Amino acid sequence: MADIEITLASWKLVEVGRLVLIRRGPFAGKLAAIVEIVDHRRVLVDGPSAEAQKIVPRHVLPLAHATLTPFTIPQLPRAAGTGPVKKLWAKNEIDGKWAKSSFAQKTDKVERRKNLTDFERFKVLRLRKQSRYEVQKSHAKVRAAQ
Amino acid sequence: MSDGQTKQFGKGQRTVPAQKAQKWYPVDDESQPKKVRKTLRPAKVRESLQPGTVLILLAGRFRGKRVVLLKHLDQGVLLVTGPFKINGVPLRRVNSRYVIATSKRIDVSGVDAKAIEKISAPEYFTKEKKAEKKSEEAFFKQGEKPQKKVVASARAADQKAVDQSILGSIKKEEFLSSYLASTFSLRNGDKPHEMKW
Repeated sequence: MADIEITLASWKLVEVGRLVLIRRGPFAGKLAAIVEIVDHRRVLVDGPSAEAQKIVPRHVLPLAHATLTPFTIPQLPRAAGTGPVKKLWAKNEIDGKWAKSSFAQKTDKVERRKNLTDFERFKVLRLRKQSRYEVQKSHAKVRAAQ
Repeated sequence: MSDGQTKQFGKGQRTVPAQKAQKWYPVDDESQPKKVRKTLRPAKVRESLQPGTVLILLAGRFRGKRVVLLKHLDQGVLLVTGPFKINGVPLRRVNSRYVIATSKRIDVSGVDAKAIEKISAPEYFTKEKKAEKKSEEAFFKQGEKPQKKVVASARAADQKAVDQSILGSIKKEEFLSSYLASTFSLRNGDKPHEMKW
């Protein structure tokens, strides 16, 4: 019989140290770490971010209100207090990693676009047109060369 | 009742009023006319409508155009200009209710104050009376080409005088000229109440 290769599925697990994105409630859109699992539907989360407006206070969050992210704080002790979580948060550069993720970048962009004024919207329209024109021009060159 | 006579009837006496009470009277009390508490207040214009603001016109012949606000006239009327060279909107009065104020401001401090004063007089925009009435002959000539409407040269001169400095300040910023030349319209999924202007 042929060998069967088995690779471990890389599930995002509900585990202590897993970072979740809160999707509903007063802290919607903010990032927090799972500190303790209360039961199969609820977890204790804590988000001691370095930026004041991104802080999530320690509270119990229904998992239905959260999305698991690929980031974790490895070796976060169970039921760690806000102080140690904050230290490990900074050590693992969670804020920086999250800001670089495509999800965060996309939401940032949506937020920025939403707050544009009329004139800025017009400028975006024109600049996109310009860049599109350049791209299409170079594409046409490549196609002609083939 | 003071006026009335005292009359003797046998042993007793009573006063007979000079004017007899009405035999019939209306069942309902006469209703008081309602007091109107409405008053004519001077129009209050929005804070966002400062001179130099770029406006989006929402009604009228030039709806959708982006224009520059010059001055408040009375009763919430605004004096605007295209500038004419950029988007074809002449010096014009518009109702401030039918306007969206954007956050873009253009420097209009260089505009001649005297010219503005002259234009903001209410007579400035009144139609001139035609010198000659339409004659019968003209009526029968209808089939032929009508004469093209000629813009009064004084009006055109005023337009130029006002627009000159505005055009100068518009030129300084990139995209601003084409922005004013473009018209506004809602597209699919646009929510004007949620947009920032």
